[in-house]
Amino acid sequence: MEGTRTGLPFAWMVCLRYLREGRMQTVLILAGVTGGVAVIIFLTTLISQLQDSIIDKTLGSQAHVVLRPPQAVNRSTLPPEHTAAIIQPRTQGLRSIDQWAAAYALAEQSQGVLAASPMVTGAGFARRAEASQPIALLGVDPERYQRIVRMSSYVKQGRFDISGTSTVVGIELAKDLGVTLGDKIRIVTVDGRADLLTITGIFDIGNRDLNRRWVYSSLKVAQSLLDLPGGITQIDLRVANLFEAEAIARRVQGQTGLTSESWMQTNAQLLSALNSQSMSNNLIRSFVTLIVAVGIASVLVVSVVQKQKEIGILRAMGASPNRIMAVFLLQGGLYGLVGSALGAALSVGLLKFFSQVTRNADGTSLLNGQVDFSVVAGACALAIIVGLLAAALPARRAARLDPVQAIRV
Amino acid sequence: MKTIVELHDVRKSYGLGTPVETEVLHGINLAISEGEFAALTGPSGSGKSTLLNLIGLLEAPTGGRLQVDGVDIAGMADATLTALRGRSIGFIFQFHHLLPGFTALENVMMPSIIDLGWSTTEAKDRALALLKQVGLQDAANKRPSQLSGGMQQRVAIARALSLAPRLILADEPTGNLDTHSANEVFELLQAVNREQQSACLIVTHDPGLAARCQRQIQIVDGQLLDERAPADSGH
Repeated sequence: MEGTRTGLPFAWMVCLRYLREGRMQTVLILAGVTGGVAVIIFLTTLISQLQDSIIDKTLGSQAHVVLRPPQAVNRSTLPPEHTAAIIQPRTQGLRSIDQWAAAYALAEQSQGVLAASPMVTGAGFARRAEASQPIALLGVDPERYQRIVRMSSYVKQGRFDISGTSTVVGIELAKDLGVTLGDKIRIVTVDGRADLLTITGIFDIGNRDLNRRWVYSSLKVAQSLLDLPGGITQIDLRVANLFEAEAIARRVQGQTGLTSESWMQTNAQLLSALNSQSMSNNLIRSFVTLIVAVGIASVLVVSVVQKQKEIGILRAMGASPNRIMAVFLLQGGLYGLVGSALGAALSVGLLKFFSQVTRNADGTSLLNGQVDFSVVAGACALAIIVGLLAAALPARRAARLDPVQAIRV
Repeated sequence: MKTIVELHDVRKSYGLGTPVETEVLHGINLAISEGEFAALTGPSGSGKSTLLNLIGLLEAPTGGRLQVDGVDIAGMADATLTALRGRSIGFIFQFHHLLPGFTALENVMMPSIIDLGWSTTEAKDRALALLKQVGLQDAANKRPSQLSGGMQQRVAIARALSLAPRLILADEPTGNLDTHSANEVFELLQAVNREQQSACLIVTHDPGLAARCQRQIQIVDGQLLDERAPADSGH
């Protein structure tokens, strides 16, 4: 009997009718899948945005990798096997990186490194009238340094201008010294060298301690104050992938012979906190996925038992085991598909809502309300695959039903 | 006249190879021809349903030879059997066994949807015509639960006719109906048999109905008794 095709293929038609017939079951399991998908998307987005924000706050004001001169070590002139000696470790004085231009070029071209910036840094005091504050003097090349730390976004008054004898200081130091834009402060190093610098910018990098201690100047001013003419004390690097910083640090250390330290070493606690956060997120996601899978499977197992007789009739009328299997696989897949669409919508709504109501201490939004499309697509794909897999067992059972036994029930 | 079903020394055992192995059918020889209208009677447990299931290709014999529509089914793949069953045989069960989630029309269309994979306008027209033939043109969009027992069984008959099968197997089609409805359903089967030349094999407990069939096949303890003329069987 040929003719104009109308309506859905057999498996779709029966599957949709079964879903409609078992209205309560369908609604409940869809609610379950929706909740599961929403939790996965919401939690993943929340955690990744919180982590981004923590990383941004912590690493926004520091280099991902810092290269310093190798440690100075003692060289014994006496043969060690004939000498009993107590050797005191050498003091690590302020030294310039030997042949720094070559090391700089090597580090900058190293794979995974986005930017490099030379720096001269040393201790000193900032003085104005009778007030005196200990500081860390940072001599940088403003253009290259801005590629490591976005100073312009931290400068609250004036601008990041350190040309000539200009300086940019933190908001706490300015308060302590009672200075503002255009005022002059005297920078004195521990050797007694001094220079008078004009404040052209005041920054707030979100850390009171650094706001009180950091004083920026040009490379030249810092070099002469710290008695390191033409030299630099460290090279800052920014890397493309944050979590490869340690590997890059090790590689660059091998290439340049300098001591290198990545943010992962200097912020080991932050790193372990981030890792355990990711781990708990993965754990929660796995359990939610498992629960959704078990939910779908159990609903379909019950459905197969309920529909046993109908399956037998369909088989008696010539429906092949594969067609019966398709009916139940489709149900599982549809639970996943529809549930993930609803779950995605729910999680987007939740994220928008939370980005409105939750605020950081400084009034900025804790969440940006943006949803990463790949997270949504991943969660939906996962739900559909889980739906199909969870349906596999009940579907196989349905397909294997003996029509005679099934009808007799 | 062409033979639709032919059984040669067909045997059926359950629990094969186990200590509880029991032979239910002990060598059945039977032929049903095109357009025949036969009753299959016998006491409970005599093997009626098993014989019907074998002829309906729902179960496989454990011995002997079975031909349906001129094809020997021995060694046939499951998928081929399923397709042959769908196309050549229409089933009518004691408890109508309509699909509760589908309308009367959809139930009647179902065998053709299964056969083709989807519904067609032609299948729908034919289903409507069949519903009209069983007197239910107005019930096309009703669910089985909205129909009386007699109406449900008539929908089941329309469904069995959906693919114009060569053979209709009815397992106590009137067993669950009152006398009036039972009579209606039986007459409908007779009409279908007359008009479409589909062979009918009807399992029944009712001697009155059996007596109205052209041919009576009696089975006792898994063996066929010598067939008697309908006239001899009356009570």
